[in-house]
Amino acid sequence: MDPPRQCPSPSSSRPISPRTPSCEMLGYVGIEAVLDQMKIKAMKMGFEFNIMVVGQSGLGKSTMVNTLFKSKMWKTTPPGLALGPIPQTLQLHSVTHVIEEKGVKLKLTVTDTPGFGDQINNDKCWDPILGYINGQYEQYLQEEILITRQRHIPDTRVHCCVYFVAPTGHSLRPLDIEFLQRLCRTVNVVPVIARADSLTVEEREDFRRRIQHNLRTHSIDVYPQECFDEDINDKILNCKIRDRIPFAVVGADREHLVNGKYVLGRKTKWGIVEVENMKHCEFPLLRDLLIRSHLQDLKDITHNVHYENYRVCRLNESHMLPRGPGWVNLDPAPANSPANSPANSPAIPGPSKVCRWAQDTPSEEY
Amino acid sequence: MSSEEARHLFFQTHMATKSCMSSQVSDDEQRKRENIRSLTMSGHVGFESLPDQLVNRSIQQGFCFNILCVGETGIGKSTLIDTLFNTNFEDQESSHFCPHVRLKAQTYELQESNVRLKLTIVNTVGFGDQINKEESYQPIVDYIDAQFEAYLQEELKIKRSLFNYHDSRVHACLYFISPTGHSLKTLDLLAMKSLDSKVNIIPVIAKADAISKTELQKFKIKLMSELVSNGVQIYQFPTDDETVAKINASMNGHLPFAVVGSMDEVKVGNKLVKARQYPWGIVQVENENHCDFVKLREMLICTNMEDLREQTHTRHYELYRRCKLEEMGFSDVGPENKPLSLQETYEAKRHQIYGERQRKEEEMKQMFVQRVKEKEAILKEAERELQAKFEHLKRVHQEERMKLEEKRRLLEEEIISFSKKKATSEIYQNQTFMGSNLKKDKDRKNSNFM
Repeated sequence: MDPPRQCPSPSSSRPISPRTPSCEMLGYVGIEAVLDQMKIKAMKMGFEFNIMVVGQSGLGKSTMVNTLFKSKMWKTTPPGLALGPIPQTLQLHSVTHVIEEKGVKLKLTVTDTPGFGDQINNDKCWDPILGYINGQYEQYLQEEILITRQRHIPDTRVHCCVYFVAPTGHSLRPLDIEFLQRLCRTVNVVPVIARADSLTVEEREDFRRRIQHNLRTHSIDVYPQECFDEDINDKILNCKIRDRIPFAVVGADREHLVNGKYVLGRKTKWGIVEVENMKHCEFPLLRDLLIRSHLQDLKDITHNVHYENYRVCRLNESHMLPRGPGWVNLDPAPANSPANSPANSPAIPGPSKVCRWAQDTPSEEY
Repeated sequence: MSSEEARHLFFQTHMATKSCMSSQVSDDEQRKRENIRSLTMSGHVGFESLPDQLVNRSIQQGFCFNILCVGETGIGKSTLIDTLFNTNFEDQESSHFCPHVRLKAQTYELQESNVRLKLTIVNTVGFGDQINKEESYQPIVDYIDAQFEAYLQEELKIKRSLFNYHDSRVHACLYFISPTGHSLKTLDLLAMKSLDSKVNIIPVIAKADAISKTELQKFKIKLMSELVSNGVQIYQFPTDDETVAKINASMNGHLPFAVVGSMDEVKVGNKLVKARQYPWGIVQVENENHCDFVKLREMLICTNMEDLREQTHTRHYELYRRCKLEEMGFSDVGPENKPLSLQETYEAKRHQIYGERQRKEEEMKQMFVQRVKEKEAILKEAERELQAKFEHLKRVHQEERMKLEEKRRLLEEEIISFSKKKATSEIYQNQTFMGSNLKKDKDRKNSNFM
């Protein structure tokens, strides 16, 4: 899609970067004030974050979202009192909120997937989810290739998908493996062990090791991906996180009195499970990962890797899409068809994450 | 009631309420349209570190800043840049005898605490030196366009890597006005007019120590009024953000900045300051009473660097992109006013260009075949002529031969008859001789007998 080169070749007049001498400044100039400028600009514009929670019903997804953002995002369905018949097909349900903390505005979109894995035959239950995620990429792409673009394209792409694994204590189930394999190529996936208060600490560790082994065997690359570690500090930090993935979490939206303080927790006959206590569950780790330390990183990887992969696929295959009546495909198969592109790895280091969704869902026409 | 219990009661009542707080202030109108609700949280979530996360990522990536300096040779561009960034960038003095205006770009890496800046300085070499200055500012416009073009091509690539692309688009253009004290030169006006829609122009009065204070005021007013009356849009420091609105607004009133550049240090009082020493006094660069250098540095680097980059990307680059794509025939709305996708238009154009190419190829083929035919005809004609000549010559040759044969025959016959005659005459002669001899003999004999 290269436009014809008419004006003098740009590369000849571009400054040569490799030969950049580094200069010593003799005094204070004020360059670091640019950081403050960036902060002011960012705070004025606000942030966006889109998260998707996937898992079978009853695993505590809605409660978890409420606990993460300490507010009533969803009406949690009490057990045994279903709000109606279980939906026959998987429906995606998004809700958007704007939350503000200390001057920082965050537009948060949470997408829930009720009905996932609940049917008798769960074959291809990941298709609507993949379709939704790719639909968001498509929307962004369409906005990006307009002639007159908006100043700030609204970002509805899913930045993180939290996958809830049922606490069986054995290993990952076939549905889990299928889903994770497909999804980790399109979006950042963070698996968590749901309802971890039904496992003892030792059982938890065993389960975790087994899940990690499963993930390695099936080459499922969950967030934080090893290939995107930029320097040694990142590597050290992310290794610690990778060691504890999947986090064993407990969600709760009620407060109880413990030792004179009110904490979020689940009250049972044999004790109170404190959500924010590291000894009880690993919810603080999940919260820190998602919000306090890696939020920007999640967005960056979505934008630079997953979205770019989608864009490459899409622009390549658009040569082959049928046009209106009377259209004749003039070229024989173009040189950069999807069949050839997986051979070239993208410029950034990483596994070639060419999405295959086009072959999976031929019905979706763009 | 302890604070803990109060907080707990608050939490209970909050969680008991079903719906979320409705949206409050003016900028929530857009959110109302999008059906988004504002939520208040009951505890500390922790995302106020988001700006810090963003900043950390930028620190890792590093910053890019590109300044273009336009001004006559010797007006003090390199010195000012050296003074602005407090470094001695190595650069020789340019000559005054360049036949055309050339742009020279150099990239430097600066680091201050943990901020890495990739600074590119683009200098116009030979601006205003030629006798005929008509072509002076076109190379500058071409350079700026070329940088936009490079970015556009990278953006339109299928496999692109925008996040580690070295952004070479010009973020700020420092236009150096010579301190005549009268008004803008025509060249300056024309140059600024052709650049104002492509780059953020910041005009500065160079070598401001050549003008006195009162003259400077008049000069500034004159300059600004000329710029306004000619419709030149220079960069205005943004006043929409409260933190910087006041200072930016006041700085806007001081434009164009009158600057003095110097890297030489002179002792004033008991400090070494950057200054220019004259017999009648010392002009201190960083003294606000002497010149506006500090203001320029404040505005350019400390307060508005990010805004300059943003304006370049969202305004100037988008304008260039839109013009370029429209020029190539793309549009967002099709003939029936239905939204067209870029892909479809591109495909249609490709189809059209391909068709044209086919047609042209056919034409050329036809022409070629025609020419070949003509050439063949000519050659055949020539061949025929040659053949005819050859035949003619052969005939002539035959005739000659026959003639000669005839002659030879005659000659031979003559020879034969001649030889016959000769033989006959010899025989006759012999006979006569013999007879005479015989006669002589006879006579002798006879005489003997006698």
